[in-house]
Amino acid sequence: MNKIYSINGPVVKVKDTDDFSMLEMVHVGEKKLVGEVIAINSDETTIQVYESTTGLKPGEPVTGSGMPMSATLGPGILSNIFDGIERPLRRLEEISGAFITEGSDVPSLDTEKKYSVTVKVKVGDKLNGGDIYAVCPETPVIEHRCMLRPNLSGEIIWTAPDGDYTVNDTVAKIKKPDGTEEELTLCQRWPIKQARPFMERLPIDKPLITGQRVIDTVLPIAKGGTAAIPGGFGTGKTMTQHQLAKWCDADIIVYIGCGERGNEMTQVLEEFSELVDPRTGKALTDRTILIANTSNMPVAAREASIYTGITLAEYYRDMGYHIAIMADSTSRWAEALREISGRLEEMPAEEGFPAYLPSRISEFYERAGYVRSLNGEEGSVTIIGAVSPQGSDFSEPVTQNTKRFVRCFWALDKSLAYARHYPAINWNDSYSEYMDDLGSYYEKNVDGNFLNYRLEITKLLHEENKLMEIVKLIGSDVLPEDQKLTIEIARVIRVGFLQQNAYHKEDTYVPLEKQFLMMGTILKLYEQAQKAVDAGVNTAEIIKTGLFEKVIKIKYDIPNDKPEMFDSLNDEIEQGIKNLMQEVLSV
Amino acid sequence: MSLHYVGLKEINGPLVVLDDVDDVAYDEVVDIRLEDGTERIGRVVEVAGRRAVLQVFEGTKSLSLKNTKTRFLGKPMELPLSPEILGRVFNGAGRPIDGLGEIFPEKTADINGHPLNPVSRTYPRNYINTGISSIDALMTLIRGQKLPIFSGSGLSHNKLAVQIVRQAKIAEENGQGFAVVFAAMGVKNDVADYFRRSFEESGVLQRVVMFLNLSNDPIIERILTPRCALTAAEYLAYERNMHILVILTDMTSYAEAVREFSSSKGEIPARKGFPGYLYSDLASIYERAGVINGSEGSITQIPILTMPNDDITHPVPDLTGYITEGQIVLDRGLEQSGIYPPISVLPSLSRLMKDGIGEGYTRADHSSVSNQLFAAYAKVSDARALASVIGEDELSELDKAYMYFGKMFEKYFVSQRDDENRSIEETLDLGWNLLSLLPKSALDRVDEKLLEEKYNPNAAELFN
Repeated sequence: MNKIYSINGPVVKVKDTDDFSMLEMVHVGEKKLVGEVIAINSDETTIQVYESTTGLKPGEPVTGSGMPMSATLGPGILSNIFDGIERPLRRLEEISGAFITEGSDVPSLDTEKKYSVTVKVKVGDKLNGGDIYAVCPETPVIEHRCMLRPNLSGEIIWTAPDGDYTVNDTVAKIKKPDGTEEELTLCQRWPIKQARPFMERLPIDKPLITGQRVIDTVLPIAKGGTAAIPGGFGTGKTMTQHQLAKWCDADIIVYIGCGERGNEMTQVLEEFSELVDPRTGKALTDRTILIANTSNMPVAAREASIYTGITLAEYYRDMGYHIAIMADSTSRWAEALREISGRLEEMPAEEGFPAYLPSRISEFYERAGYVRSLNGEEGSVTIIGAVSPQGSDFSEPVTQNTKRFVRCFWALDKSLAYARHYPAINWNDSYSEYMDDLGSYYEKNVDGNFLNYRLEITKLLHEENKLMEIVKLIGSDVLPEDQKLTIEIARVIRVGFLQQNAYHKEDTYVPLEKQFLMMGTILKLYEQAQKAVDAGVNTAEIIKTGLFEKVIKIKYDIPNDKPEMFDSLNDEIEQGIKNLMQEVLSV
Repeated sequence: MSLHYVGLKEINGPLVVLDDVDDVAYDEVVDIRLEDGTERIGRVVEVAGRRAVLQVFEGTKSLSLKNTKTRFLGKPMELPLSPEILGRVFNGAGRPIDGLGEIFPEKTADINGHPLNPVSRTYPRNYINTGISSIDALMTLIRGQKLPIFSGSGLSHNKLAVQIVRQAKIAEENGQGFAVVFAAMGVKNDVADYFRRSFEESGVLQRVVMFLNLSNDPIIERILTPRCALTAAEYLAYERNMHILVILTDMTSYAEAVREFSSSKGEIPARKGFPGYLYSDLASIYERAGVINGSEGSITQIPILTMPNDDITHPVPDLTGYITEGQIVLDRGLEQSGIYPPISVLPSLSRLMKDGIGEGYTRADHSSVSNQLFAAYAKVSDARALASVIGEDELSELDKAYMYFGKMFEKYFVSQRDDENRSIEETLDLGWNLLSLLPKSALDRVDEKLLEEKYNPNAAELFN
């Protein structure tokens, strides 16, 4: 039997053994704490333990499980809340009360709940990895499809009748090519650090529609894409992630609270169960998976939480769903890597982070994608990772390395947040590489003019940015009238369009059509006002008409389902400017 | 009787090494007895085979390789608890130092605590009326929140903390289930004394538990201080159903103690010499605030930390800000212009505020006022920046209005006497009157109907 030799924080070493394999899951000590083998040499095997090691003694036993750290995949994952190693937190509460104690070994999925299963195969069917053999409604909105393990194939030799089964009941038997038989239940296990295979990657050309104007219109993200949200504390990373989780048009949301606040997870739990999904009319929790490894829970499990989350997402992707992962925050995950690396006395690279930080970050983001799965279904995993830069300094290693591997960068800005401009995404520092891929979607599905309008808007913002440099030095009074107008119209864009109120019932989610019409009205105002300025009217006089303020308030005043109101507003703008010109120029 | 080990193998800073020991558990407490009979406590921080590394809390001064006897106690560090701890004073390691004798424990608890299961938490929603306008209106404190004060040396953070304690107590309906747990880490004796006197004056001393690790006390003991304090707080809150306000001062000294300990262990440093696990370490303290389902009590934390060189990007305030639910930032410029409390409004924030204000909690128009005040005050700093370049006379009319608003806002809203307890109605009405100094069209965060109702065209006469 293998025994513990030394203990240092979450790192445990075993001497003189060759029983373990790399990344194998092990049970450590009398309490059977869950751990993972992270280094092996001829002298000693190093294990990181996912639970607190207080009270552990040298000499206690270590037993291997023969398989890598794996997640259990099957019905019952949705609407659940897990810790970083897929232990259901509600179940843990029943066992150990409000505080989490060590060594609570509980199954990930509810083993007693029965699902109404329809078996999709018959005796004699030849199946390959990924093929669907049974389905059951997991929640009112999501059908669970049980798929053959990717590395399994063979012929069905027995099926159970349709009916109610638990996750561990056998619903079919398969004979493998080598002649052995295997029972198929509703669940399977998959190593969390290994990406699930698929048939092929498909081109990325559909946007993930979020209803947030600054994202959908200015900095869009594609289904199957990757995005990072970096920002110092108090800039609204979590708020932005919550908004995306609530409103984006993915089928399933995986929300990973990685080393963040406990109260925030409670808030997600409470809010999501009260909110109604606008597309399905059911509770948002029916399509949500929460993984909560808060900052005071064991650090090694924090490292695992990211992998657990993405493995669950890939599993649902293979069924043909579109998944969006919110990882809040990847910096805490990187810090967990650093902490473990430090305990292993590895040579540090930048700021104490291990040299393999970039490769770990890229491995994670590369698991996103729009794919055709082994059974031919199309599905996608979109990753949106929050980054918490130390000292709000974007040049630190985690932000810099993340920037290299994501194609969408939503930089949150302190000064915008201080002015309570939310979402505080700075349009000058952020970028999205997806606009080219998505352009044709917008032109086909929203309006042929969408891209032109967007370009106009971003141009005006850029123009304003340049002008503000001058204004900061000498004030705005000295600018010529047309530049004053640019500044005013940019203000309309900033306050009326980019700024969005998450607590306002109309403004919290805005469909693409309305986003387009809002741009149209703003540009209409600009065009008309320009006409007036060219004819010699002062910008100040145009502002006095109140049209600018009126356009700023369209986000509140025009309901999402009344697009026809834009036409009358546009007419009003035209008329208003015409009247003004007559009035001023006739004097 | 358990085994005593005589002698040590190695002494290095606060760490000692013992060889040939058996049956030692990680994180276990040890009792170290010197030749002259004095006792110290330590903790196992690493075990490898039959070798154990211990951290000695009271320091290793006058320890030698021969003169000590070590006894392993077989359990993690525990704190004796009973309702009698109210009104008592302990050292940083939880031993009574007020000369009133030992505690007769009703139970003992592991000072490291256990992580709170997120599904067992209740999302905090009840606001605490502190009577301080800028806090109540703009960064509302919620029961169960952790809201630190980011300060600098020489600023009036202590005075502010005392005022919060005094006035929050009054807001408590019957003053009954309210208690304060006060942990001093590396602060000067007169600071601890100031707190003690202030608690006495406001009549809460019998409801205060003090844990003192003063600046000349052993540094390693400082690592235990907040943990002892929070263990006491958890006991009072969750088992005695009390509302506990925990004041931790000064977290910067605490973090420095962690750094010192880490470097003596030879660990690889991350930023500014602090260990890579500082975030997790601070989180294990701050996350012990909250409200648990089914318990009437709550733990609200107000940690105080001094930002070295007033630098908010220093690792301690930076990591703290990422864990806590907002921050109250004090500003030297305001302090120097005689404004108390010198709260710098723009970088201050309360994350839990949005769900604890408005109808049913404070007043329906609360979020409108606070949003508009923030937005307007942000414009003030733009106007000031511009004025410093082109001079105040050259500003546009609107910018001049902002400059005036800013001055009045700081004078009448932020500033208040240290014994002034403003009700939430007073505070919010004051906010509307100040906003009315600006032209109506500049107030773009407020609903038109509400603005019509609250805009006071005669506001200018109220301030001068």
